[in-house]
Amino acid sequence: MSATLMRTVPALRGALRSGVAKPAAALASTSFVRGKATLPDLPYDYGALEPYISGKIMELHHKKHHQTYVTGLNSALETIASGDPVAAAKAAPLLNFHGGGHINHSLFWENLAPASREGGGEPDGALAKSIKEDFGGFDTLRKQVNTALAGIQGSGWAWLVKDKNSGTLSVVTRPNQDPVSGPYVPLLGIDAWEHAYYLQYENRKAEYFDAIWNVINWKTVASRFEKA
Amino acid sequence: MSADTYSLPKLPYAYNALEPSISAQIMELHHSKHHQTYVTNLNKALQSLKAASSAGDIAAEIALQPAIKFNGGGHINHSLFWQNLAPSSSADAKPDAAPALMADIDKTWGSYDKFKSAFSTALLGIQGSGWGWLVKEAQTGLRIVTTKDQDPVVGGEVPIFGVDMWEHAYYLQYLNGKAAYVDNIWNVINWKVAEQRYHGGAKDAFSVLKASM
Repeated sequence: MSATLMRTVPALRGALRSGVAKPAAALASTSFVRGKATLPDLPYDYGALEPYISGKIMELHHKKHHQTYVTGLNSALETIASGDPVAAAKAAPLLNFHGGGHINHSLFWENLAPASREGGGEPDGALAKSIKEDFGGFDTLRKQVNTALAGIQGSGWAWLVKDKNSGTLSVVTRPNQDPVSGPYVPLLGIDAWEHAYYLQYENRKAEYFDAIWNVINWKTVASRFEKA
Repeated sequence: MSADTYSLPKLPYAYNALEPSISAQIMELHHSKHHQTYVTNLNKALQSLKAASSAGDIAAEIALQPAIKFNGGGHINHSLFWQNLAPSSSADAKPDAAPALMADIDKTWGSYDKFKSAFSTALLGIQGSGWGWLVKEAQTGLRIVTTKDQDPVVGGEVPIFGVDMWEHAYYLQYLNGKAAYVDNIWNVINWKVAEQRYHGGAKDAFSVLKASM
């Protein structure tokens, strides 16, 4: 995954040095030409997840929000690569936030699919077996994920993860754009930021959490599970 | 209604009164749905706390703390927020309505514009959901703070005014353009209320909560 998310990062130090005293806000709007994270194409059209996620939400979410994380990540990387330890330390939270935002959204788009194609239904094979072992069944998993999503206080994500060491599956939440890390391998992510649903579902987030199961790409989840 | 049951305070203006800075649709959902949910869940959590406390169940009491902080914070923050906003056409929305506060802002930041710029930068730097506050502290004077999610400013500081940076506060109107929301919020700050809070203590600022019990 990291290979597709992040191409090599030979920093454009010259560009940075020429703008010595640029504040972070100005840097964020600087576009770098090479050695940068880029916005991945969606594997389907913006309208393809309707009626569960509107085309307008998908377009803003991908083209604006995800793009902002990509831009912010590149800017943080440039700052860190500039060699100034004070600036680098200051940029670390931005790296976590924007880097996490880029990773999370990239995983999210791929673990969704139109209901008319791979989206929805239930997992099968080894993944289904593991879900049965660790949760008792698919319905319990779905309930646990929805409870976790509803319990997020603020912005964040819920993930179905596999523990690399024990091999067991579990549901975790992460605040804001913190990526899943440590022993956990992310298999399925659901975005609980308000921008992920508000234009369509407003304050009725439970409806969004119910609807999204119609567009989960279990093929992607199964392939992550097998590789983890 | 018992003394520890909170209720949704009425807005001091109509849902559409803050247009065009904040749309009526946003205000209505924000007040009648979002704020109401914090009130409902705060009351639920406090009721459970009472039960846990009378049962001497310390584990349950501790387990309830996050829900109390989140929903109690949501209730406090929104109650303060509604009051520190005013229709842009009203005299209260002019910085002249806060002479003493404005003098202190000038002293602290150099000018109102510099303060506005510092506050706006703080708001736009919030990673995730949260709030920006101008607070007054006995030791340090005026200060800009940001808080995450619904964490309230309850450490003894006096909240002068707050700006909600949750996406539900602006998304229907501004979409991902939160900088425009931040620009426009300055047109609807209630400087009269800000001045009153500046002269008072934390207790005075929180009196709106007592009124909604």
